[in-house]
This record gives sequence, C-alpha cells and structure tokens, in this order.
Amino acid sequence: MRIAMTYTRLRVEERMLIDAFEDLGADVTPVDLRHVVFNPTTLGDWARYDAVFDRSLSLTNTLTSVRILESLGVRCINPLRAIETCADKLATTLALIRAGVATPEVRVAVESEPGLEAIEQLGYPCVLKPTVGSWGRLVSRVNDRDAAESILEHREVLGSVSHSVVYAQEHINKPDRDIRVFVVGGNAIAAIERRSEHWLTNTARGAVAAGMEVTPELADLSQRAVAAVGADIAAVDLLECPRRGLLVNEINHSMEFRNSTTTTGVEIHRIVAQHTLNIAQAHASQAASDGDIHPVQRACDAPVSGERAGAAGAPSGEGALA
Amino acid sequence: MSTATITATCPECDATVTFDRAPLNGEIARCTDCSAELEVVSTDPITLELAPEVEEDWGE
Repeated sequence: MRIAMTYTRLRVEERMLIDAFEDLGADVTPVDLRHVVFNPTTLGDWARYDAVFDRSLSLTNTLTSVRILESLGVRCINPLRAIETCADKLATTLALIRAGVATPEVRVAVESEPGLEAIEQLGYPCVLKPTVGSWGRLVSRVNDRDAAESILEHREVLGSVSHSVVYAQEHINKPDRDIRVFVVGGNAIAAIERRSEHWLTNTARGAVAAGMEVTPELADLSQRAVAAVGADIAAVDLLECPRRGLLVNEINHSMEFRNSTTTTGVEIHRIVAQHTLNIAQAHASQAASDGDIHPVQRACDAPVSGERAGAAGAPSGEGALA
Repeated sequence: MSTATITATCPECDATVTFDRAPLNGEIARCTDCSAELEVVSTDPITLELAPEVEEDWGE
C-alpha cells in the first residue's frame, strides 16, 4: 500500500507513524504541505497513493488539502466531514445532540448582548470557548457577571470576527481530571486520564496523563461520539459530571499520543497505521473494480474541447509534491 | 567501533545539536544549550532554523 502522510511540522507523533507504516511494510511518503501546489482538476502525482493520511498541525492547511484531495476522489483519513465537524465546537455539539450522545449544555449567540444572556441562562460559573481552537487556548471560566461582561468586551474589541460567536458551555464540576479515549476504526483502543489542579486539564496546559481502563461505558460513549462525527480515527475528551455521569466534551480529529503509548501500554501509532492501511486497501480494491481510474480523473481526462482537453488531461506530475 | 554522530548547528546560539538518527525535513528539534525550538529545513547538509511560533489554528 502507498500512503502519503501530509504534514506541516514533523513531530514525535509523525515519526512514530512513519516508523509504524514502514514496520507494517507500507510505502509511506511524508509530504510537507507548505511546498505543495494543488491543481483541483487533476490528481497528478497524488494518483500514486492509495490514501492520504492527514497529520497537519495547521487546521487551515488540513482543510485546504483535504477539500481538494477528497474532491478528486482521494481517500483521506480523516474524511473532510469528520474534520470539519471536529474542528468546530458548535458543529461537534450539534452532531452529538443529533446522535443522542450526552454532552454539556451550551448556549450560542452571535453578539455580545445576547451572549451575556446566553451565559446567564447557564448560570455561573460557565465556560466560554472559541468555536475553533485547540490546546485550551482562550478557553475561559466565567465566575460572575463582571467577568462575563469583561471577556465579551475584550473579545468584541480585540478578537477576530470568528470570536464574535459566543459559545457558552455549562461548567462541569468534574474531579481534578478529564478522560481521553482513543477510537480507531470504531473501537476504543486506549484511555488516559489527565489530571491537573487547574480547572483546564489539557496536557498542553500542564496536566499529567496516566493510563486507565477502557470501561464498557467509556467505550460505548466514545465509539458513539466518533460515529456521530464520521471519523476513522479520533480522540474523545470526556468529563465526569456528578449529576449526569460521563459527558463528551470534544472530539479531536488529529490526535496527539506521544506520551499515551507508554502510559497505556497500547501501541496507538501501530493500530492507527494498520487501520489506515486497511482503509487504503479497501479503497484500492474499490478503485480496481471501478476500472482503476477514479471517476474524477476520468471526468478530468475527458476531452471537453480540443484545446482544453490537453491541459486538463495532463499526465501526472502536476501535483507538484514536495 | 564508533558510530557517526549526526549533528547540526543551532542558528540561535551556535551550539551543536545532535540527532540520534537522520532527521527528515520539517522535523522539530530542541537545542539543549539555549532551549530554542528548531526546525530542520534541509537534510543535506542538515540545516536548522528557528521553528515558527504557534499559530492560532494549530492543534489537534
């Protein structure tokens, strides 16, 4: 199997994945997205690969590349729909609600004044989050009305347009930890708890991770959450609510796991690589039964006019990989 | 028997940065002298630059 692994920064996780692919006998090519020119009308050099595994650290680069590649018929891992849903906290919330997966209550507004009303409907304390963001950046616990007014004013004056959306989430009085479950191919394969004395329990913010058992309840909830967003591979963050039990907080489409393999004893990178190869194999088999030329490629190669057909049907090489 | 050491120079403090195996383009390293976060921008010869600052859209 031939896999392209797109990236913008080669971290420990990406090296672990490259090693895992090679150990499994796959032909893996790391592709630095920062040097790629895409032609949305032709597969070009991307036709060499059975699947593209996205590991870009930049959400913008991920969305740009996967939108184009998926449109050309390339099997991307994760699929665009899953990335778009996981990357946006509101989209995740809506997917979880539709699927009946327990999640903290939220209120949403697009201006500060109704934003304050949204916060007060939930009561204090509550949590304000940018709808797009990671590693706990700009996530605020709002303890009272003064703080709410202050944060909303700061966001209105200093934030980007996207920060004008007020996404207020019920504050969960969890124990000093949250739980992360790694789900690959619909199976919960490992779990960690992330402990911190700070109310934010992101490891990027200093929380300490330790392995824990994947209980049937954790597995069921996490697997249903990942199914709701349509991801092949994802990490589900859960909170323990004293009143309502386990709640799905967020889902990460491009998970970090460098410390979780040793804490859980599970070779997450190897399982991820194997599942990617399984997907690539299935996609390649489907392509072979379709005549080994993807429909998009056929459409691009079809002569629509004398002059244009030559350009659109250019042979591989236009993909301009790194 | 000696093993060839793979090294490069830190662009921030000029110290020697050591790799335990051949790095790939885009790989991140840290200078043990000045703690600068570095990115491999060339592998032949190995050339390092200061790694870009974290962007707003970076994450999981």
